[in-house]
Amino acid sequence: MFSLLADKLDNTFRRLRGLGKISEKNIADALRDIRLALLEADVEFGVAREFIGRVKERAMGQEVLKSIKPGEQIVKIFRDEIAALLGGDAVGLDLTDPARIMVVGLNGAGKTTTSAKLALRLKNEGRRPLLVACDLVRPAAVDQLATLAEQIGVPVYKPAPGSRDVVAVAREALEWARTQNGTVMIFDTAGRQEVDEALIDELRQLHAFLSPRETLLVADAATGQQAVNVAQTFDRAVNVTGIVLTKLDGDARGGAALSMRSVTGKPIKFSGEGEKLDQFGPFVPGRMADRILGMGDIVGLVEHA
Amino acid sequence: MAGFFKKLFTKFSRSSRIDWEELEAELVAADIGIRRAMGIADQLKESKGLDAENLVESTREVLRRAFPSTAPSLPAPPEGKPLVILVVGVNGTGKTTSAAKLAHLLQKQGSRVLLAAADTFRAAAVEQLQSWADKLNIPICKGAPSQDPASVCYEAHTQAIREGFQYLICDTAGRLHTRHNLMEELSKIRRTLAKQDASAPHSTLLVVDATTGANALAQAREFHKATPLDSVIITKMDGSGKGGVAVAIMDEMHISPSFLGTGEGAEDFEPFNRDRYVDSLL
Ligand SMILES: Nc1nc2c(ncn2[C@@H]2O[C@H](COP(=O)(O)OP(=O)(O)OP(=O)(O)O)[C@@H](O)[C@H]2O)c(=O)[nH]1
Ligand SMILES: Nc1nc2c(ncn2[C@@H]2O[C@H](COP(=O)(O)OP(=O)(O)OP(=O)(O)O)[C@@H](O)[C@H]2O)c(=O)[nH]1
Ligand SMILES: [Mg+2]
Ligand SMILES: [Mg+2]
Repeated sequence: MFSLLADKLDNTFRRLRGLGKISEKNIADALRDIRLALLEADVEFGVAREFIGRVKERAMGQEVLKSIKPGEQIVKIFRDEIAALLGGDAVGLDLTDPARIMVVGLNGAGKTTTSAKLALRLKNEGRRPLLVACDLVRPAAVDQLATLAEQIGVPVYKPAPGSRDVVAVAREALEWARTQNGTVMIFDTAGRQEVDEALIDELRQLHAFLSPRETLLVADAATGQQAVNVAQTFDRAVNVTGIVLTKLDGDARGGAALSMRSVTGKPIKFSGEGEKLDQFGPFVPGRMADRILGMGDIVGLVEHA
Repeated sequence: MAGFFKKLFTKFSRSSRIDWEELEAELVAADIGIRRAMGIADQLKESKGLDAENLVESTREVLRRAFPSTAPSLPAPPEGKPLVILVVGVNGTGKTTSAAKLAHLLQKQGSRVLLAAADTFRAAAVEQLQSWADKLNIPICKGAPSQDPASVCYEAHTQAIREGFQYLICDTAGRLHTRHNLMEELSKIRRTLAKQDASAPHSTLLVVDATTGANALAQAREFHKATPLDSVIITKMDGSGKGGVAVAIMDEMHISPSFLGTGEGAEDFEPFNRDRYVDSLL
């Protein structure tokens, strides 16, 4: 299971055992391999360094070094620590009345799709979700959400064409909701880059107006190093309550998950695993940890070794 | 970037030693990838006369040399036929927006451009391109929902030939490179376009999001197999993503960026310039 990285480390240590001693430097080499694996999985540089520093003691314990397969042991320890960190105090959604969920993130991350997926999931749990289109920027964003809403039979609030003020739209949507007999509202927002202060400020105002129970940051599993920036900026602006990782049906290693979780402390609640609306479910930390360390990934580490 | 320069500079004006890990960190931060970052550091360690003052410039020089001095430009339309451009990429990278921006750019230069809305799969994808076309006054040929994208491209191609358009830009649905059947669909689009003009599509552009990490290289590899790529468009360069993955794609596949997307507006689109790009990397 721990194939490549573990094998590589086992070889390193086997050589050492032949020499009859394990030195500081040899241990450093092993940690270097782990670090490379994390960085190649797109874990942010600082996060990787900090994480390794924290787990180092445990991974370098005497039992590990004396075991027959020290490499496998070390990888297992890192794997379990990653899973523990990713899982942490994961909780479900807070849906106490008035249950409002705001969906935010970078352009193209998967917010609109995720909004609809979440609505479908809540509907299947016996709730009565309502969708609200608060993306007034992207061409046909409202049509997109409305089409998806129709597919899953969930009522959707469509702002009048030409609307520009998201807070006004949200206010109208709350009025509309009174006539709808819904139990939870999901607000899809426009994509934006986290360095765009004007747009982040717009999000802040919408958040202040709605006081949502849940503010979900939607992030693409293939996100690179600035996952940290993105998560921190959105979190500071709108107090993110959970992260949704999308496009996990691809082969991105998904180190961004570790980066975002580490710097914000916010749980990863769901994962998107396809374009279809039922390809969505609770986030599984263990699977993600395996993925980040490239387990079972043949092209991963050894290719470059 | 100034921050990087300052950090290294203050570091090195105090000590004569170069902090190579700091250099690697900055390169990795731009999503150049750890292997390449270490490679650049190793390469620079060899060079003589390197100091704090010229480290940034030397690093940039190494990166610049990875790219061709002039970005690939679109070929001129063949005599009496439209130049067919196929826009491909994984989900949400900015294909539809880039197709519209490119059409706008060509139209501004005086060419007659037809857009083909061949994403018949994603909800309201056709409406999205239609809305760009309306706004920018660009003719568009649309597919019906769930229509075979290859047949949409074929019809658009027929129209472009018949009506004497100089460019045909086909927007396709987002697809992950790991989905074999969807990649096969792209090959089919390609074959279908070749029916009316054996040299079509003349240019296949992969759209890559600047926020993407190492996976961008896997994307480029797989798309290239399904439909040989001519160049890359890096989008969302207005964000904090540096688009360093272009370096990896260039290194391994020798495919250069041709355009950069720099915002959500029609004008936020520029030809790739390696000097400017490298200066923004660090
Ligand atoms: N393969 C795959 N595609 C996904 C997933 N989630 C979303 N997508 C696709 O990603 C693309 C972008 O999704 P959207 O929901 O439009 O993203 P968005 O964040 O709302 O985009 P903007 O509103 O423009 O910022 C679409 O093609 C979706 O079908 C997923 O989990 N897997
Ligand atoms: N900030 C910024 N946003 C961009 C840029 N290019 C595209 N976008 C945004 O990214 C999101 C996705 O763009 P689309 O053009 O729909 O992407 P796509 O690749 O066609 O998406 P699918 O067809 O769903 O796979 C939209 O919100 C666009 O406005 C850019 O250069 N900068
Ligand atoms: Mg959206
Ligand atoms: Mg599109």
